[in-house]
Amino acid sequence: MAMMLDLALQLVQITLLVAIAPLIVGITRKVRARLLRRRGPPLLQPYHDLWKQMHKEAVVADNASWVYRRAPYMVFAATWVAAGLVPTYATGLLFSWSADLIAVVALLGTARFALALAAMDVGTAFGGLGASREMMIASLAEPAMLLIAFAVALIAGTTQLSAIAALFATGDVGLRVSLGLALLALVIVGIAENARIPIDNPSTHLELTMVHEAMILEYSGRHLAMIEAASHLKLVLYFSLVGCLFVPFGMATGDKTLPALAIGLATFVAKLVAFAVLLPIAETTVAKMRVFRYPAFIGSAFAAAALAVFLRFVSRGF
Amino acid sequence: MPEVAVALWCIAGFLGAGVVGAVLGNRPFATPLVYGACLAIALLGVLVALGVLFGGAPATAVVLPVGLPGIGAHVRLDPLAAFFMLVVDLGAAAASLYAIGYGRHAAEPRRVLPFYGAFLAGMNLVVLAADAFTFLLSWEFMSLASWALVVSDHRSSASLRAGYVYLLMAGFGTFCLLLAFGLLAGTSGDFTFAHLRTAGAGETATALATMLVIVGTGSKAGLMPLHVWLPLAHPAAPSHVSALLSGVMTKVGIYAFIRLVFDVIGDFSPWVGLVVVMSGGGTAVLGVLYAVMQRDLKRLLAYSTVENVGIVFIGLGLALAFRANGQGPAAALAMTAALFHVLNHAAFKSLLFFGAGAVLAGSGERDMEKLGGLVHRMPQTAVVFLLGCMSIAALPPLNGFVSEWLTFQAILLSPQLPQWGLKFAVPAVGALLALAAALAGACFVKAFGVVFLGRPRSPAAATAHEIDAFGLTAMLTLAWICLAAGTLPGFVIDALAPVTRDLTGSALPAQASLPWLSIVPIAESRSSYNGLVVFFFLVASGSFTAIAVHRVASRRTRRAPAWDCGYPLDSPLTQYSGASFAMPIRRVFATVTFGVHETVDMPRPGEMRPARFRLRVRDPAWRFFYGPLARGVERAARRLNRLQFLTIRRYLALVFAALVVLMLVVAAWR
Repeated sequence: MAMMLDLALQLVQITLLVAIAPLIVGITRKVRARLLRRRGPPLLQPYHDLWKQMHKEAVVADNASWVYRRAPYMVFAATWVAAGLVPTYATGLLFSWSADLIAVVALLGTARFALALAAMDVGTAFGGLGASREMMIASLAEPAMLLIAFAVALIAGTTQLSAIAALFATGDVGLRVSLGLALLALVIVGIAENARIPIDNPSTHLELTMVHEAMILEYSGRHLAMIEAASHLKLVLYFSLVGCLFVPFGMATGDKTLPALAIGLATFVAKLVAFAVLLPIAETTVAKMRVFRYPAFIGSAFAAAALAVFLRFVSRGF
Repeated sequence: MPEVAVALWCIAGFLGAGVVGAVLGNRPFATPLVYGACLAIALLGVLVALGVLFGGAPATAVVLPVGLPGIGAHVRLDPLAAFFMLVVDLGAAAASLYAIGYGRHAAEPRRVLPFYGAFLAGMNLVVLAADAFTFLLSWEFMSLASWALVVSDHRSSASLRAGYVYLLMAGFGTFCLLLAFGLLAGTSGDFTFAHLRTAGAGETATALATMLVIVGTGSKAGLMPLHVWLPLAHPAAPSHVSALLSGVMTKVGIYAFIRLVFDVIGDFSPWVGLVVVMSGGGTAVLGVLYAVMQRDLKRLLAYSTVENVGIVFIGLGLALAFRANGQGPAAALAMTAALFHVLNHAAFKSLLFFGAGAVLAGSGERDMEKLGGLVHRMPQTAVVFLLGCMSIAALPPLNGFVSEWLTFQAILLSPQLPQWGLKFAVPAVGALLALAAALAGACFVKAFGVVFLGRPRSPAAATAHEIDAFGLTAMLTLAWICLAAGTLPGFVIDALAPVTRDLTGSALPAQASLPWLSIVPIAESRSSYNGLVVFFFLVASGSFTAIAVHRVASRRTRRAPAWDCGYPLDSPLTQYSGASFAMPIRRVFATVTFGVHETVDMPRPGEMRPARFRLRVRDPAWRFFYGPLARGVERAARRLNRLQFLTIRRYLALVFAALVVLMLVVAAWR
């Protein structure tokens, strides 16, 4: 019986993420539009877009191979599994032990690998351009992400996200310089990985500035819908990662009682909405960078995360 | 019959196969005969090794009445030897199976077959040797046999140059090992490993011997900056031999390092660990950066071998540091990670070299800028090559990720180390490892994307054909091993337990009995990973989504010309090439590191000549290390040349002076 309950809680998390992701993206778009003094699309527009794309016929380039057709599902599945393993509203879910923070980072790597290959499959200049830039960004962002994992793991003594969140939620860890640096680094990495300004512009259609959009240029119909849904999920994944590592308050860490779970769910949604409002505010204050300025930007994340790790060795108090 | 006897018969069998190859040589049936025999013997060797690893039999030693008169050759099969015998024979079995089909492409089988058997015998014998003489003899036997395989294409000047560099480096490595053994044995004259273990050769001599072992075995394994022969020699050999050189022989170098440092020397300071960890980290990052820049598919794979050797040495260095500080469980974790990566790399690098061989046989090209679109012409090779790429890029749920994950877990234990230098160096190496892992992803997106995806860049690629069934079976078997080791890592870790217990005094807790087949290296509250569950989730969610979308929404598909933002260009040359794919990474990381020279010659408007772009990348090891060294040697040789043309009187004077100087040295020494 307890097992069934655990399974149900895990299923709630998995479906909740998929269900809520387009709404969160809708909020970021709306807020961004309002900040730019536009009215903006309705909050539920991403759902309509996904629905429309799924029902359209998929146009596949003549020389596209199975890689091109399977990759969207692979990208979606890897992102979904990774997102499902990040604690959202409760810790210690049924499968929380099956992958730790390092594995979650690597699963996102699997999704990226599949997408970059799919971009190269049709053999157009834009696909290659997107894939090449994406891998360059990843080669800067992934080490930074792993160093963040190191910093957090050295403080918590574990790489298990669930255990980290449970420990941090108690408030015993307190405010630490290294955690602050890790948060800064995670925000920068999250911006880079989710193709947001100043690294990439999710709404651009100016070819020379595209990264993510260049990779998926050939996609249409249900394939495009899967990739879009995956990128929505990835945004929510990073939001919940920031949430569970740095503001884990409100999560159901102890017994899975109904009130605790309800509080957990409510605070989780509240956190997502708060991040979805903060992100476009930050975005509208900066301009997009040139491609070869990225290393300096993402490199600062790497430096901050490295500093966070080294501070842990200087003093346990940091 | 004890296992060690069977292992020795296997070696005799390999030698016999080599002799058959030498005698029958160019007959058409010789190729399948020799490779078939090698396959059977290698499979027997795999069974013996598995029996020792899982059977828990005690180490068995034999003294053979061959070798030095009155002393004989000491041979011993313990868990460490058994594990590396498994790696060697697994690679050998796969390569032999592959070569039954692929070997038919050889222009002169007689230049390959005899040395193939000898090479396999040599590698097996190195692993079994238990005295310094047998070890060095089989080490050189292995080196020379592989040298003969590297220069088997004796008409190509590139092969000959590669062979020359290889011979120099191999000789240098053996020389270092020779000196190391001399230092360790002291004045006793007993060169068995059993004696060397207890000889206790003073602190300075041991430290010096350890450094010599690192250099000697590192030159075989491909540690920077001793790796220079590797990207030259590995691609020059026939592809199944390249797989053996890269996937297996570098592992024999690693074996020699483990055997000599952990087992024979045994007593080392933690700073040795620092040296090994740092050189491993540097090797990993520089190796993979270099791999990204390559345009020759086999050279790319060879440089990626350098990277993976670096990753293994990171694990080994951590194990050294932990063991020197008496932290057994942490040392066991680091050692398990290193050995796991050894096995993984043997599997996926062999697979990738086989794939490169299939591409070479199918299209006649290994220049990536002339390939492309092979996924349509070679669909089965494409699938297994993709699996190999994903494994080596350390993507879950495949095996490369498991060993890197274990290495990261070992790195996270570094706060336990008492030495400040190590405490700071190890996280920095962790950052290097993370960087190497990310760059490996980029490197293999490039390798697969440029070779197999897109449109063919040359007629050769457009008319490529699939490889034969033997080759496909060999690659498929290795791909299954990659998947199995990635989803069921607990069994591999358990098999490694006797090895780590011998080397570090402790082992990881038994994994295979854990619920859900997770792996838990230290404690459940600390970290755990379950490849099987992740694999199941990936497959389940992927297929669930695909079925749901097809059922609920639409499954209509229309084929149309590529859109390409409205301006599709016909020429396949408008695709991203390998060099253009690597360009951002080159700009970011490599311009300073490698001194990349880009020359752009753009005609002015109105001029009718074509624009030209030239890219020159040089290995810094050549520029800073070997170039000056070679020039210095040449200058010295020119100076000393004068000594060749003296009168007899002067020669006598020279001999007399040398004698006096030597006696003075001896007198001063006493």
